[in-house]
Parts: sequence; structure tokens; C-alpha cells
Amino acid sequence: MKKQMYNSLRLKIIGLTLVVSITPLVLLGMAIYYRFARAHEARIEDQVRHLAESQSYAVDFFLRERISLLAMLADTHGFEKLSQPAALSELFETMNRRSEMLGLIDLGVIDCNGQHTAYVGPYDLKGRDYSNEPWFAEVMAKGKYISDVYMGFRRFPHFIIAVRARNGPQHWILRATTDSDVFNRLVKTAQSGRLGDAFIVNTEGIYQTAPRFQGKILGQSHIDPKNFSHGSTFVERRSKRGATDYFAGDWLNNDKWLMVIRQELRGQTDGLAKTRNTEIMIISLGILAIIMTTIFIAHSVVTHLEETAREMDKLNAQLIQSDKLAALGKMAAGIAHEINNPLAVIGEKAGWMKDLLLEEEFQNSPHLEEYATSLLKIESHVERARKITHNMLGFARRMEPHLDDVDIHQILDQTIELLDNHARINGIKIRKHYHSGVQIIASDQSQMQQVFLNLISNAIDAIESNGLIDVTTQQKNGTIVIRIQDDGPGIPKDQQHRIFDPFFSTKATGRGTGLGLSISYSIVEKLGGTITFESEPGKGTTFIVSLPAVAPEKK
Amino acid sequence: MPLFNVMVIDDEIDFMETIVNRLQKRNLKAVGVGSGEEALKLIDQESFDVILLDIKMPGGMDGIETLREIKRRQPLAEVILLTGHASVETSIEGMKLGAFDYLLKPMKFEEVLIKMAAAFEKKALHEGKICGAKIQELRRPGDR
Repeated sequence: MKKQMYNSLRLKIIGLTLVVSITPLVLLGMAIYYRFARAHEARIEDQVRHLAESQSYAVDFFLRERISLLAMLADTHGFEKLSQPAALSELFETMNRRSEMLGLIDLGVIDCNGQHTAYVGPYDLKGRDYSNEPWFAEVMAKGKYISDVYMGFRRFPHFIIAVRARNGPQHWILRATTDSDVFNRLVKTAQSGRLGDAFIVNTEGIYQTAPRFQGKILGQSHIDPKNFSHGSTFVERRSKRGATDYFAGDWLNNDKWLMVIRQELRGQTDGLAKTRNTEIMIISLGILAIIMTTIFIAHSVVTHLEETAREMDKLNAQLIQSDKLAALGKMAAGIAHEINNPLAVIGEKAGWMKDLLLEEEFQNSPHLEEYATSLLKIESHVERARKITHNMLGFARRMEPHLDDVDIHQILDQTIELLDNHARINGIKIRKHYHSGVQIIASDQSQMQQVFLNLISNAIDAIESNGLIDVTTQQKNGTIVIRIQDDGPGIPKDQQHRIFDPFFSTKATGRGTGLGLSISYSIVEKLGGTITFESEPGKGTTFIVSLPAVAPEKK
Repeated sequence: MPLFNVMVIDDEIDFMETIVNRLQKRNLKAVGVGSGEEALKLIDQESFDVILLDIKMPGGMDGIETLREIKRRQPLAEVILLTGHASVETSIEGMKLGAFDYLLKPMKFEEVLIKMAAAFEKKALHEGKICGAKIQELRRPGDR
């Protein structure tokens, strides 16, 4: 019952402490991690956005450069000259010779009516009419045009750059097909990390450059360009299996191509993962320490409480015992006194009758013997009652102990000597184990003797015949401990709590008054000591008298 | 002819009378009274060797008062106190007032005789008489 109470108390302390201390720790850890992750994400977003912007600028620059080159050629050479296939062919060769990086596949001149007037290149496009092509109208209107990428005849991706030039009042167009390989390489420089990607898609989401993963050039990408507004960058996140992809898109100046930078958080977040793991480890260690400390503290607190409660119980039991003894003592004294007077009358009357029996007239009575026996019986029972009442009075006596210089060993010796004969007859050996360090104390010699007499004679009575009594003394921490150990039958468990009660006796009626131990108890208590016992049925009993080692006053 | 003069003072009349009878049986001159007042009256009339006095006598004069009076009037009379309870303090007070000894009721008659013999001896010494009062002389065949 009590055990259960202490266990539940222990659990309550542990539970409450753990909840109160671990919850804030975990919440704090989570908050810190969340803030950190947000900051990290923001940084990556910024990075990706910045990369997209700068790359889009680079690509724009690249395209602008080519447009400028074509425009310059158109302006410097003029329609007349370039309309001549030989001149165009020479220019084309010169350009390709001078700069391989230009990657020009062909070059063509288209007049204001959309007629392909001159063409250098692998296709036979001369004389083609482009007037109905949408791109022709666009060049005419806007002055320049860049087509989407397509597969050229050499199975290489190409795209067309066209610029409008003026020939007097007439407009004409210089058009070049460009190998997009150079362009591709430029875009790819923005591919960062293990999982980063950079590519361009057109307004339909078709890859204009080869992506690093998932798809190839001119394939349909899973990018929806509508999500990316014009004139700004857009960061799109997609989560799959814990990984987050960051897509930053930036429209090129032609508004047809979208520069996309893709960055997967997983590849970029080694630092974050490391931070998280470190944090989890620290928090786990903290929680472990808290749990261990809490369990330890709860355990020691509850154990301490339990011990205190046990001490209190013991003290209470002793107090109850003292109260009981005091109350019983008063009652016993009253009863004894009331009984002593009639007992005295009975005793004396019997004595008187005995006196009278010696007279001559009674000597001849046939019942003389019986009268005499009866009177003796009356006397012996008065004697028995007298012993009891005197014991009761002795027990109740409110006598202050008379303090002498007491040598415990000497008292024990005297007591054992007194009982030795009785013990020897019954085949009981009394062994002494005296500790030489036991000091002379201030105590009551005769009362101590009474206590030892009670305890040792009880031990002899308990053994009945053939046994051992060990009398041991010890002094430690200002206490003298005297142990009287017998190898008798022990005290039955159900009687152990009653042995100090007055009138409780296990001896046959008439053999013991049941006062010996209660008197001993109150004597030892009055002398500031305690008397306890350990008993195991079948193995014997040990009575332990502890006395304060109070040094006698110097005389 | 009785050897000694003894008075027994006890309000327990049955007890007092029996003791007186038993003492008389042993050739002692014994007289009993039931209160301190009666005792003092007798004290004024004759001298006693030993007086048995019950300390606790509710009602009239109590034992200690009576003792004080006896000792004042007959300092040489030896008083043996009888008490029904183990009030050591009272007994010690009695001893301080000059009582010879005290006995706890119920006592063995034998004890009374031993104490009385000792008291007689003391009194005899006091009076300068050599007295051979021995316990054996007081004993009767039935006593242990």
C-alpha cells in the first residue's frame, strides 16, 4: 500500500519534471531548427535567383553580341553587295574562318518582300518566299529575331538569328543559322553542385538547351513557363521524398526563352543536415542527462522520504509504547495498592490461623494436616500475588534514576554470576564477548542490573535446556550496545509486537508476571537508551540494549 | 513476662488486630490502634519499644504526621513504617524523620519479626542495655 504510494509519487515527480524540462528544450530545438532552415532556404532561394538573373544576362549578352554582329555586317556591306552569292559566300567563309566560336551554319539575305535573294549554306533555300512566315513579319516589325532551337541537317541543334537592315527606303533581312552548341556550353556553366541544373525553355516549355537531368534538347520539360512572370525571377519549389527543388526562372530579353536554374535542396543542404544532426544529438544528450538526473533525484528524494516516514513510524511506535506503559503503569499502581491491603489481611489472617493451629486443641484434630496444607497454600498464593503487585508497583514507580559511575562489564559479570548456576544446571553456557573500549558511564547501577537480569533470565527460560547465550558489548559513535543473543526457539512473528506490553508473557501461568520486559523497556528509556530485538523463529532471539555513553561527571 | 512493648497503628483494623494477635502469641506485649490520634493518646500513657505504623491512613492524621508526633514525644521508640504502595519518596521522608525501616504490604510476617528484632537491638544499644533479643527467640515452630 505504502510502497504503491511511494512508487506513484516517484512516477509523478519523474513525469512532471521530464515534461516541464524536456518540452521547452524540444520546442526550443524545433524553433531554432525551423528558423535556421528558413534562413537556409532563403539563402538558397537568393542564390538560385541570383544565378538565374546573372545567367540570363550572360545569355542575353551572347545573343545581343551575335545580333549586333549581323546588324553591323548588314550595315557595312549593304544589301547590294550581300545579294551577290559570291560576296555572301566570301563573307560567310571569312567569318567562319576568323571565329569558330560563332558556329554559323548558313547565311542568307532576304529582301523586303520575303524573297531569299542570296543564301550560303547546306540547304537550297535560295528563292524561298518567307513573306507569309510569322518570323518575317516579326523581324520587319521589331528589327531582330531569334528563333527557337531546332535540329539542323547535321542533327545538331540550331537556331536562327535575323536582323533587319535598311537599303534606302527598303528594308531587308540578314539571316544566319547558328549551331547552338556554343550557346549550350554557355548555359551549362551555371550548372552548380552535384544536382544543380541550368537550361533554357521556350514559352511552350520545350528544352532549348540540353538539361543535365531528365530530358534532352527539344524534349518537353516539366516546366510550366506560365508560372514564371515576365520581367522578374520566380522561385518554384517542388517537394518529392523530402527533397526540395528550387527553380528560378528569368526571361531573356526576347521574352521567348526562359533561363531556368534548378537546385535541389538535398544536394545543397549538407550543412543544414549536419546542423540538424548536431542539434538532435545535443538535445538527445540533454534529454538523456535530464532523464537520468530526474530519475536519480526522484529516487533519492522518495527514498529519503520513505526513510523519514519509516523513522517516524518507529518513533511513533516507541511513543505509543511509552504512553501505553505510562497509562498502564498508573493503573497498575492504583490496582496494586488497592489489592495490597486486602492481600495483607489475607496473609496475616492465614498466618494467625497457622499460629493457632499450634495450640493443643487443634493438634488433636483429625484434619490438622489438611488445615496446615491449606494455610500454606493460602500463604504461597498470597506470596504470588504479592510478587505481582510489587512488580507492578516497581514498574509504575516514578523514580528518577540515580546516576552512578557504571561499569557495564562489571554489572554484566555480576548478573551472569547470579544466573550462572541456574544456567549451568540447565546445560546452558553463557559466553562473554566484551569490547575493551567500553567506557564507564553515568547510569543507574541497580536498574541496569535489573534490565540485564530480566534479559538474561528470559534467554535462559527461552532456551530451557542445552544452549548458548552470547553477551556482546560494543561502543561506537557515543553509544554502548549490549547484545544478548540466545539460540532458543525465537519469538513467534504474531507475538513480536506485544512482547514489551505489560502482563504479556509466553511463560506458563505463575512462572512469569509479564512485567520483566516492560519494566526493562521503561528503565532503558528513562536512562536515555533504547531496547530492541531481532528474532527469527527457530534460530533464536537477540535483544539489543543501546545506552548513551555519557561520561560521569568529574568529582 | 513480655520482653518488649509494641504498638501497631493501622486503619485496616483486620490487619492491625491480626498482627497484634500474632505478636502477642510470640510473647510480646502488643497493642493496636486504628488511627494516629488514638496512638498519640497511648504514647502519652506508656512507653513503647517498637511501633509499626501504616503510612497511608486516609481520614485522620496520616502516617508521616503521626510519626513526627511520636518521635517528638518518644524519641527512643523505634518506628517501622508499613506501606501499601511503593512510594519510595514517602518512605525516605519517613526515614529522615527517624523511622527505623519500612516494609511493603503485604509483607511476610517473618520480615516483620526480623526488622523488629533489629529495632529492639538498636534500641537496647541506645539505652545502654545489652539485649539478647534474637530473632530465634521470637520464632515459633510454624515460622519459616
